[in-house]
Amino acid sequence: MNLTLKVWRQNGPEDKGRMETYPVSDISEHMSFLEMMDVLNDQLVRDGKDPIAFDHDCREGICGMCSMFINGEAHGPGRGVTTCQLHMRSFKDGDTIYIEPWRAQAFPVIKDLVVDRSAFDRVIQAGGYVSVNTSGNTIDANTIPIPKADADEAFNAATCIGCGACVATCKNASAMLFVSAKVSQLALLPQGQPERELRVKRMVEQMDKEGFGNCTNTGACEVECPKGISLTNIARMNRDYLTASLKGE
Amino acid sequence: MSNKGLFPSSLSKKYAMAATGLFLCLFLVGHLLGNLQLFQSGEAGRDAFNEYALFMTTFPLVKVLSYATYFGILLHVVDGILLVRANRAARPVRYVKENGAANAGWSSRNMAVLGTVVLAFIAAHMQNFWYVMHFGEVSTYAIDGVEVKDLHGVVMEFFGPANGMALGAVLFYVIAQVAIGFHLWHGFASAFQSFGLRSEKYTPWIEGAGKAFSVVVPAAFASIPVYLYIIQLS
Repeated sequence: MNLTLKVWRQNGPEDKGRMETYPVSDISEHMSFLEMMDVLNDQLVRDGKDPIAFDHDCREGICGMCSMFINGEAHGPGRGVTTCQLHMRSFKDGDTIYIEPWRAQAFPVIKDLVVDRSAFDRVIQAGGYVSVNTSGNTIDANTIPIPKADADEAFNAATCIGCGACVATCKNASAMLFVSAKVSQLALLPQGQPERELRVKRMVEQMDKEGFGNCTNTGACEVECPKGISLTNIARMNRDYLTASLKGE
Repeated sequence: MSNKGLFPSSLSKKYAMAATGLFLCLFLVGHLLGNLQLFQSGEAGRDAFNEYALFMTTFPLVKVLSYATYFGILLHVVDGILLVRANRAARPVRYVKENGAANAGWSSRNMAVLGTVVLAFIAAHMQNFWYVMHFGEVSTYAIDGVEVKDLHGVVMEFFGPANGMALGAVLFYVIAQVAIGFHLWHGFASAFQSFGLRSEKYTPWIEGAGKAFSVVVPAAFASIPVYLYIIQLS
Protein backbone atom coordinates (compact mmCIF):
# COMPACT_ATOMS: atom_id res chain seq x y z
CA MET A 1 0.00 0.00 0.00
CA ASN A 2 1.02 3.60 -0.61
CA LEU A 3 0.58 6.17 2.12
CA THR A 4 1.15 9.84 2.84
CA LEU A 5 2.62 10.45 6.29
CA LYS A 6 2.42 13.79 8.03
CA VAL A 7 4.98 13.59 10.80
CA TRP A 8 5.90 16.01 13.56
CA ARG A 9 9.57 16.97 13.24
CA GLN A 10 11.33 18.85 16.01
CA ASN A 11 15.12 19.11 16.22
CA GLY A 12 15.24 19.44 20.00
CA PRO A 13 13.39 20.66 23.09
CA GLU A 14 13.90 24.32 22.14
CA ASP A 15 12.96 23.95 18.46
CA LYS A 16 9.47 25.11 17.52
CA GLY A 17 8.80 22.05 15.37
CA ARG A 18 6.56 21.55 12.33
CA MET A 19 4.63 18.88 10.44
CA GLU A 20 6.45 17.40 7.44
CA THR A 21 5.01 15.26 4.70
CA TYR A 22 6.58 11.96 3.56
CA PRO A 23 5.21 9.61 0.93
CA VAL A 24 5.88 5.91 1.54
CA SER A 25 5.24 3.16 -0.94
CA ASP A 26 5.04 -0.65 -1.07
CA ILE A 27 4.07 -0.95 2.58
CA SER A 28 2.88 -4.45 3.49
CA GLU A 29 -0.36 -4.67 5.43
CA HIS A 30 1.34 -7.24 7.68
CA MET A 31 3.91 -4.73 8.91
CA SER A 32 3.54 -3.25 12.34
CA PHE A 33 3.29 0.53 12.48
CA LEU A 34 6.85 0.73 13.84
CA GLU A 35 8.16 -1.44 10.99
CA MET A 36 6.53 0.98 8.58
CA MET A 37 8.39 3.78 10.40
CA ASP A 38 11.61 1.76 10.03
CA VAL A 39 11.04 1.62 6.27
CA LEU A 40 10.52 5.38 6.17
CA ASN A 41 13.66 5.97 8.25
CA ASP A 42 15.70 3.66 6.00
CA GLN A 43 14.51 5.71 3.05
CA LEU A 44 15.43 8.98 4.84
CA VAL A 45 18.90 7.70 5.72
CA ARG A 46 19.51 6.58 2.12
CA ASP A 47 18.50 10.10 1.01
CA GLY A 48 21.02 11.56 3.46
CA LYS A 49 18.31 13.02 5.67
CA ASP A 50 17.86 12.92 9.43
CA PRO A 51 15.75 9.87 10.40
CA ILE A 52 12.66 10.38 12.55
CA ALA A 53 13.34 9.81 16.26
CA PHE A 54 10.72 7.64 17.96
CA ASP A 55 10.64 5.53 21.12
CA HIS A 56 10.47 1.72 20.95
CA ASP A 57 11.90 -1.24 22.78
CA CYS A 58 10.24 -4.65 23.19
CA ARG A 59 7.93 -4.39 20.18
CA GLU A 60 5.55 -6.87 21.75
CA GLY A 61 3.30 -4.56 23.75
CA ILE A 62 4.75 -5.00 27.21
CA CYS A 63 7.40 -2.34 27.73
CA GLY A 64 5.37 0.84 27.26
CA MET A 65 8.06 2.65 25.29
CA CYS A 66 6.36 3.15 21.93
CA SER A 67 4.07 6.12 21.85
CA MET A 68 2.86 8.20 18.85
CA PHE A 69 -0.46 9.99 18.48
CA ILE A 70 -1.76 8.56 15.22
CA ASN A 71 -4.65 10.16 13.35
CA GLY A 72 -5.88 11.85 16.51
CA GLU A 73 -5.63 8.81 18.76
CA ALA A 74 -3.02 7.50 21.17
CA HIS A 75 -1.42 4.35 19.67
CA GLY A 76 -3.68 4.85 16.64
CA PRO A 77 -7.10 3.42 15.86
CA GLY A 78 -6.64 0.01 17.49
CA ARG A 79 -8.11 -0.89 20.90
CA GLY A 80 -6.06 -2.57 23.61
CA VAL A 81 -2.86 -2.27 21.59
CA THR A 82 0.34 -0.29 21.68
CA THR A 83 1.79 1.24 18.50
CA CYS A 84 4.07 -1.75 17.97
CA GLN A 85 0.99 -3.99 17.99
CA LEU A 86 -0.85 -1.80 15.49
CA HIS A 87 -0.68 -3.28 12.02
CA MET A 88 -0.82 -1.51 8.69
CA ARG A 89 -3.94 -3.49 7.76
CA SER A 90 -5.74 -1.00 10.00
CA PHE A 91 -5.20 1.54 7.22
CA LYS A 92 -6.23 1.75 3.58
CA ASP A 93 -4.13 2.27 0.49
CA GLY A 94 -3.86 6.00 -0.22
CA ASP A 95 -4.54 7.06 3.40
CA THR A 96 -2.98 10.16 4.91
CA ILE A 97 -1.72 9.43 8.42
CA TYR A 98 -0.92 12.12 10.99
CA ILE A 99 1.81 11.13 13.45
CA GLU A 100 2.46 13.36 16.46
CA PRO A 101 4.24 13.03 19.80
CA TRP A 102 2.34 12.79 23.12
CA ARG A 103 1.28 16.34 23.91
CA ALA A 104 1.46 17.44 27.54
CA GLN A 105 3.23 20.11 29.55
CA ALA A 106 4.53 17.30 31.78
CA PHE A 107 5.89 15.34 28.76
CA PRO A 108 8.27 17.74 26.98
CA VAL A 109 9.37 16.76 23.49
CA ILE A 110 13.00 15.66 23.33
CA LYS A 111 13.17 15.17 19.57
CA ASP A 112 10.55 14.50 16.88
CA LEU A 113 8.19 11.88 18.38
CA VAL A 114 10.21 11.21 21.53
CA VAL A 115 8.95 12.76 24.76
CA ASP A 116 10.36 12.76 28.28
CA ARG A 117 8.03 10.69 30.46
CA SER A 118 10.16 10.86 33.62
CA ALA A 119 7.31 12.77 35.31
CA PHE A 120 5.74 9.31 35.76
CA ASP A 121 8.89 8.07 37.50
CA ARG A 122 8.77 10.98 39.93
CA VAL A 123 5.11 10.21 40.73
CA ILE A 124 6.14 6.62 41.55
CA GLN A 125 9.09 7.83 43.62
CA ALA A 126 6.72 10.03 45.63
CA GLY A 127 4.84 7.05 47.05
CA GLY A 128 4.30 4.18 44.62
CA TYR A 129 6.11 1.62 46.78
CA VAL A 130 5.79 -0.37 49.99
CA SER A 131 8.40 -0.06 52.70
CA VAL A 132 9.75 -3.48 53.60
CA ASN A 133 11.73 -4.50 56.66
CA THR A 134 15.06 -5.77 55.37
CA SER A 135 16.76 -6.28 58.73
CA GLY A 136 16.91 -10.04 58.34
CA ASN A 137 13.37 -11.01 59.30
CA THR A 138 11.66 -10.02 56.04
CA ILE A 139 8.31 -11.77 55.67
CA ASP A 140 7.66 -13.49 52.37
CA ALA A 141 4.77 -11.69 50.65
CA ASN A 142 3.20 -15.01 49.72
CA THR A 143 2.69 -16.02 53.36
CA ILE A 144 -0.16 -13.49 53.68
CA PRO A 145 -3.46 -14.89 52.37
CA ILE A 146 -5.15 -12.54 49.88
CA PRO A 147 -8.67 -13.06 48.48
CA LYS A 148 -8.50 -14.08 44.83
CA ALA A 149 -10.75 -11.19 43.72
CA ASP A 150 -8.45 -8.64 45.41
CA ALA A 151 -5.34 -10.27 43.97
CA ASP A 152 -6.89 -10.20 40.48
CA GLU A 153 -7.95 -6.57 40.78
CA ALA A 154 -4.50 -5.56 42.06
CA PHE A 155 -2.91 -7.47 39.21
CA ASN A 156 -5.18 -5.76 36.67
CA ALA A 157 -4.05 -2.38 38.00
CA ALA A 158 -0.44 -3.55 37.95
CA THR A 159 -0.60 -4.36 34.24
CA CYS A 160 -0.24 -0.61 33.55
CA ILE A 161 2.95 -0.25 31.50
CA GLY A 162 3.25 3.50 32.07
CA CYS A 163 3.16 4.30 28.36
CA GLY A 164 1.36 7.61 28.87
CA ALA A 165 -1.46 6.99 26.38
CA CYS A 166 -3.93 8.09 29.08
CA VAL A 167 -2.23 11.47 29.36
CA ALA A 168 -1.85 11.79 25.60
CA THR A 169 -5.48 11.04 24.87
CA CYS A 170 -7.03 13.01 27.74
CA LYS A 171 -8.33 16.37 26.57
CA ASN A 172 -6.84 17.80 29.79
CA ALA A 173 -3.55 15.84 29.66
CA SER A 174 -4.52 14.31 33.00
CA ALA A 175 -2.49 11.45 34.47
CA MET A 176 -5.30 10.18 36.69
CA LEU A 177 -5.54 6.72 35.10
CA PHE A 178 -1.81 6.05 35.46
CA VAL A 179 -1.56 7.41 39.00
CA SER A 180 -4.73 5.65 40.14
CA ALA A 181 -3.49 2.32 38.75
CA LYS A 182 -0.25 2.73 40.67
CA VAL A 183 -2.15 3.71 43.82
CA SER A 184 -4.62 0.83 43.41
CA GLN A 185 -2.14 -1.98 42.82
CA LEU A 186 -0.87 -1.41 46.36
CA ALA A 187 -4.08 -0.17 48.02
CA LEU A 188 -5.76 -3.51 47.21
CA LEU A 189 -3.11 -5.61 48.97
CA PRO A 190 -2.44 -6.05 52.70
CA GLN A 191 1.19 -5.00 52.21
CA GLY A 192 0.01 -1.63 50.93
CA GLN A 193 -2.17 -0.74 53.92
CA PRO A 194 0.33 0.89 56.34
CA GLU A 195 1.24 3.60 53.81
CA ARG A 196 -2.09 3.72 52.00
CA GLU A 197 -3.18 7.24 52.93
CA LEU A 198 0.25 8.83 52.86
CA ARG A 199 0.87 7.20 49.47
CA VAL A 200 -2.22 8.58 47.76
CA LYS A 201 -1.62 12.08 49.12
CA ARG A 202 2.02 12.14 48.06
CA MET A 203 1.39 10.71 44.61
CA VAL A 204 -1.47 13.15 43.89
CA GLU A 205 0.67 16.02 45.14
CA GLN A 206 3.49 15.00 42.78
CA MET A 207 1.02 14.52 39.91
CA ASP A 208 -0.19 18.10 40.41
CA LYS A 209 3.36 19.39 40.72
CA GLU A 210 4.30 17.85 37.37
CA GLY A 211 1.61 19.94 35.68
CA PHE A 212 -0.82 17.24 34.55
CA GLY A 213 -4.42 18.38 34.04
CA ASN A 214 -7.60 17.49 35.93
CA CYS A 215 -9.92 14.56 35.36
CA THR A 216 -13.21 15.38 33.61
CA ASN A 217 -14.33 11.72 33.74
CA THR A 218 -14.70 11.59 29.95
CA GLY A 219 -13.40 8.01 30.03
CA ALA A 220 -11.18 8.49 26.96
CA CYS A 221 -8.16 7.13 28.87
CA GLU A 222 -9.87 3.83 29.60
CA VAL A 223 -10.80 3.42 25.93
CA GLU A 224 -7.29 4.16 24.66
CA CYS A 225 -5.34 2.32 27.37
CA PRO A 226 -3.48 -0.61 25.74
CA LYS A 227 -3.88 -2.59 28.97
CA GLY A 228 -7.55 -1.83 29.61
CA ILE A 229 -6.95 -0.13 32.97
CA SER A 230 -10.39 0.70 34.34
CA LEU A 231 -11.91 3.96 35.59
CA THR A 232 -12.67 1.99 38.77
CA ASN A 233 -9.08 2.76 39.74
CA ILE A 234 -9.69 6.50 39.42
CA ALA A 235 -12.78 6.18 41.62
CA ARG A 236 -10.74 4.23 44.19
CA MET A 237 -8.07 6.93 44.22
CA ASN A 238 -10.72 9.68 44.54
CA ARG A 239 -12.17 7.79 47.51
CA ASP A 240 -8.81 7.15 49.16
CA TYR A 241 -7.66 10.74 48.71
CA LEU A 242 -10.93 12.06 50.16
CA THR A 243 -10.63 9.76 53.19
CA ALA A 244 -6.99 10.71 53.70
CA SER A 245 -7.78 14.43 53.36
CA LEU A 246 -10.73 14.29 55.77
CA LYS A 247 -8.50 12.70 58.38
CA GLY A 248 -6.18 15.66 57.84
CA GLU A 249 -3.01 13.74 58.54
CA MET B 1 -0.99 25.30 39.11
CA SER B 2 -1.76 27.09 42.35
CA ASN B 3 -2.92 24.52 44.85
CA LYS B 4 -3.44 26.46 48.04
CA GLY B 5 -6.20 27.65 50.34
CA LEU B 6 -9.65 26.46 49.38
CA PHE B 7 -8.36 23.96 46.83
CA PRO B 8 -5.20 22.26 48.08
CA SER B 9 -5.12 19.80 45.16
CA SER B 10 -6.55 18.97 41.75
CA LEU B 11 -8.83 16.42 43.42
CA SER B 12 -10.23 18.93 45.90
CA LYS B 13 -11.27 21.07 42.94
CA LYS B 14 -13.15 18.10 41.55
CA TYR B 15 -14.85 17.35 44.88
CA ALA B 16 -16.08 20.95 45.03
CA MET B 17 -17.29 20.71 41.44
CA ALA B 18 -19.16 17.49 42.20
CA ALA B 19 -20.67 18.72 45.48
CA THR B 20 -21.91 22.01 44.04
CA GLY B 21 -23.14 20.26 40.88
CA LEU B 22 -25.24 17.75 42.80
CA PHE B 23 -26.55 20.48 45.09
CA LEU B 24 -27.62 22.48 42.04
CA CYS B 25 -29.40 19.36 40.73
CA LEU B 26 -31.49 19.42 43.93
CA PHE B 27 -32.17 23.10 43.33
CA LEU B 28 -33.40 22.28 39.80
CA VAL B 29 -35.91 19.80 41.22
CA GLY B 30 -37.24 22.32 43.74
CA HIS B 31 -37.39 25.10 41.17
CA LEU B 32 -39.19 22.85 38.69
CA LEU B 33 -41.80 21.69 41.22
CA GLY B 34 -42.62 25.33 41.99
CA ASN B 35 -42.75 26.32 38.35
CA LEU B 36 -45.06 23.46 37.37
CA GLN B 37 -47.79 25.49 39.11
CA LEU B 38 -47.75 27.68 35.99
CA PHE B 39 -49.68 24.90 34.25
CA GLN B 40 -52.61 25.61 36.57
CA SER B 41 -55.00 27.90 34.72
CA GLY B 42 -57.37 30.66 35.83
CA GLU B 43 -57.53 32.74 38.99
CA ALA B 44 -56.70 29.79 41.21
CA GLY B 45 -53.48 29.20 39.24
CA ARG B 46 -52.50 32.84 39.45
CA ASP B 47 -53.13 33.01 43.21
CA ALA B 48 -51.33 29.74 43.90
CA PHE B 49 -48.23 30.83 41.98
CA ASN B 50 -48.14 34.31 43.53
CA GLU B 51 -48.59 32.97 47.06
CA TYR B 52 -45.78 30.52 46.33
CA ALA B 53 -43.59 33.38 45.04
CA LEU B 54 -44.26 35.37 48.21
CA PHE B 55 -43.34 32.38 50.34
CA MET B 56 -40.14 31.79 48.35
CA THR B 57 -39.00 35.41 48.75
CA THR B 58 -39.86 35.85 52.42
CA PHE B 59 -39.63 32.56 54.35
CA PRO B 60 -36.32 32.60 56.30
CA LEU B 61 -35.30 28.98 55.61
CA VAL B 62 -35.86 29.52 51.88
CA LYS B 63 -33.70 32.67 52.14
CA VAL B 64 -30.87 30.57 53.56
CA LEU B 65 -31.33 28.01 50.78
CA SER B 66 -31.37 30.68 48.10
CA TYR B 67 -28.11 32.16 49.38
CA ALA B 68 -26.65 28.65 49.41
CA THR B 69 -27.75 28.33 45.78
CA TYR B 70 -26.12 31.64 44.75
CA PHE B 71 -22.96 30.53 46.51
CA GLY B 72 -23.18 27.09 44.87
CA ILE B 73 -23.45 28.61 41.40
CA LEU B 74 -20.59 31.01 42.09
CA LEU B 75 -18.32 28.28 43.42
CA HIS B 76 -19.20 25.95 40.51
CA VAL B 77 -18.34 28.72 38.02
CA VAL B 78 -15.11 29.88 39.70
CA ASP B 79 -13.96 26.30 40.24
CA GLY B 80 -14.85 25.50 36.63
CA ILE B 81 -12.74 28.40 35.38
CA LEU B 82 -9.80 27.29 37.55
CA LEU B 83 -10.09 23.75 36.17
CA VAL B 84 -10.27 24.90 32.56
CA ARG B 85 -7.25 27.16 33.04
CA ALA B 86 -5.23 24.35 34.61
CA ASN B 87 -6.30 21.95 31.85
CA ARG B 88 -5.30 24.39 29.10
CA ALA B 89 -1.92 24.88 30.78
CA ALA B 90 -1.47 21.10 30.93
CA ARG B 91 -1.39 20.97 27.11
CA PRO B 92 0.22 24.15 25.82
CA VAL B 93 0.89 22.72 22.34
CA ARG B 94 -2.26 21.22 20.84
CA TYR B 95 -2.44 18.30 18.45
CA VAL B 96 -2.66 19.06 14.74
CA LYS B 97 -5.16 16.24 14.34
CA GLU B 98 -7.52 15.29 17.14
CA ASN B 99 -10.25 12.68 17.15
CA GLY B 100 -11.99 13.17 20.49
CA ALA B 101 -15.19 11.56 19.27
CA ALA B 102 -13.34 8.23 18.96
CA ASN B 103 -13.14 7.69 22.68
CA ALA B 104 -15.39 10.09 24.61
CA GLY B 105 -18.93 11.45 24.50
CA TRP B 106 -19.68 14.89 23.10
CA SER B 107 -21.11 16.37 26.28
CA SER B 108 -18.19 15.17 28.41
CA ARG B 109 -15.81 17.00 26.08
CA ASN B 110 -17.82 20.22 26.07
CA MET B 111 -18.74 20.76 29.71
CA ALA B 112 -17.14 24.22 29.87
CA VAL B 113 -18.89 25.46 26.73
CA LEU B 114 -22.22 24.05 27.89
CA GLY B 115 -21.67 25.54 31.34
CA THR B 116 -21.01 28.95 29.81
CA VAL B 117 -24.30 28.79 27.89
CA VAL B 118 -26.08 27.81 31.10
CA LEU B 119 -24.44 30.68 32.99
CA ALA B 120 -25.52 33.16 30.30
CA PHE B 121 -29.03 31.77 30.62
CA ILE B 122 -29.00 32.11 34.43
CA ALA B 123 -27.93 35.77 34.10
CA ALA B 124 -30.68 36.50 31.57
CA HIS B 125 -33.27 34.51 33.50
CA MET B 126 -32.50 36.36 36.75
CA GLN B 127 -32.73 39.67 34.92
CA ASN B 128 -36.09 38.61 33.42
CA PHE B 129 -37.81 37.55 36.64
CA TRP B 130 -35.66 37.58 39.79
CA TYR B 131 -34.57 41.20 39.33
CA VAL B 132 -38.10 42.32 38.38
CA MET B 133 -39.57 40.55 41.41
CA HIS B 134 -37.03 42.03 43.82
CA PHE B 135 -36.32 45.48 42.41
CA GLY B 136 -38.71 46.11 39.52
CA GLU B 137 -42.22 47.56 39.36
CA VAL B 138 -44.66 44.72 39.89
CA SER B 139 -48.37 45.33 40.40
CA THR B 140 -49.76 43.98 43.66
CA TYR B 141 -53.13 42.74 44.81
CA ALA B 142 -54.55 41.13 47.95
CA ILE B 143 -55.31 37.45 48.52
CA ASP B 144 -57.28 37.02 51.76
CA GLY B 145 -55.93 40.34 52.99
CA VAL B 146 -52.29 39.50 52.22
CA GLU B 147 -50.65 41.79 49.67
CA VAL B 148 -48.85 39.75 46.96
CA LYS B 149 -46.77 40.75 43.94
CA ASP B 150 -48.26 39.50 40.67
CA LEU B 151 -45.20 37.57 39.44
CA HIS B 152 -47.60 35.29 37.57
CA GLY B 153 -48.63 38.31 35.49
CA VAL B 154 -44.99 39.16 34.80
CA VAL B 155 -44.33 35.61 33.56
CA MET B 156 -47.47 35.51 31.39
CA GLU B 157 -46.60 38.90 29.88
CA PHE B 158 -43.00 37.87 29.19
CA PHE B 159 -44.06 34.80 27.19
CA GLY B 160 -47.22 36.42 25.76
CA PRO B 161 -48.25 38.71 22.91
CA ALA B 162 -47.52 41.81 25.05
CA ASN B 163 -43.81 41.04 24.59
CA GLY B 164 -42.79 41.55 20.96
CA MET B 165 -39.79 39.31 21.59
CA ALA B 166 -41.82 36.50 23.17
CA LEU B 167 -41.04 33.92 20.48
CA GLY B 168 -37.33 34.71 20.75
CA ALA B 169 -37.55 34.40 24.53
CA VAL B 170 -39.25 31.00 24.26
CA LEU B 171 -36.60 29.82 21.81
CA PHE B 172 -33.79 31.06 24.06
CA TYR B 173 -35.30 29.33 27.07
CA VAL B 174 -35.68 26.06 25.19
CA ILE B 175 -32.12 26.17 23.82
CA ALA B 176 -30.81 26.90 27.33
CA GLN B 177 -32.63 23.83 28.62
CA VAL B 178 -31.03 21.71 25.88
CA ALA B 179 -27.64 22.99 27.08
CA ILE B 180 -28.52 22.14 30.69
CA GLY B 181 -29.63 18.70 29.52
CA PHE B 182 -26.30 17.97 27.81
CA HIS B 183 -24.40 19.42 30.79
CA LEU B 184 -26.28 17.05 33.11
CA TRP B 185 -25.99 14.11 30.69
CA HIS B 186 -22.33 13.93 31.66
CA GLY B 187 -22.26 15.92 34.89
CA PHE B 188 -24.71 13.95 37.03
CA ALA B 189 -22.91 10.59 36.94
CA SER B 190 -19.51 12.28 36.72
CA ALA B 191 -20.06 13.85 40.15
CA PHE B 192 -20.43 10.38 41.69
CA GLN B 193 -17.23 9.23 39.99
CA SER B 194 -15.38 12.29 41.36
CA PHE B 195 -16.37 11.28 44.87
CA GLY B 196 -15.21 7.75 44.14
CA LEU B 197 -18.74 6.35 44.34
CA ARG B 198 -18.41 3.64 41.75
CA SER B 199 -19.25 -0.03 41.85
CA GLU B 200 -20.28 -2.64 39.36
CA LYS B 201 -23.61 -2.90 41.14
CA TYR B 202 -24.63 0.74 41.48
CA THR B 203 -22.86 2.63 38.69
CA PRO B 204 -25.24 1.49 35.92
CA TRP B 205 -28.14 2.75 38.06
CA ILE B 206 -26.42 6.07 38.77
CA GLU B 207 -25.68 6.51 35.07
CA GLY B 208 -29.26 5.60 34.16
CA ALA B 209 -30.67 7.98 36.73
CA GLY B 210 -28.37 10.74 35.48
CA LYS B 211 -29.53 10.28 31.90
CA ALA B 212 -33.20 10.18 32.91
CA PHE B 213 -32.70 13.30 35.04
CA SER B 214 -30.90 15.14 32.24
CA VAL B 215 -33.81 14.50 29.85
CA VAL B 216 -36.85 14.77 32.10
CA VAL B 217 -35.97 17.87 34.15
CA PRO B 218 -34.86 20.16 31.28
CA ALA B 219 -37.76 18.92 29.11
CA ALA B 220 -40.23 19.79 31.86
CA PHE B 221 -38.63 23.22 32.31
CA ALA B 222 -38.69 23.86 28.56
CA SER B 223 -42.34 22.88 28.28
CA ILE B 224 -43.39 25.78 30.54
CA PRO B 225 -42.51 28.75 28.27
CA VAL B 226 -43.74 26.79 25.23
CA TYR B 227 -47.06 26.12 26.96
CA LEU B 228 -47.47 29.71 28.19
CA TYR B 229 -46.72 31.04 24.70
CA ILE B 230 -49.17 28.71 22.97
CA ILE B 231 -52.12 29.28 25.32
CA GLN B 232 -51.81 33.02 24.84
CA LEU B 233 -51.69 32.81 21.02
CA SER B 234 -55.47 32.63 20.59
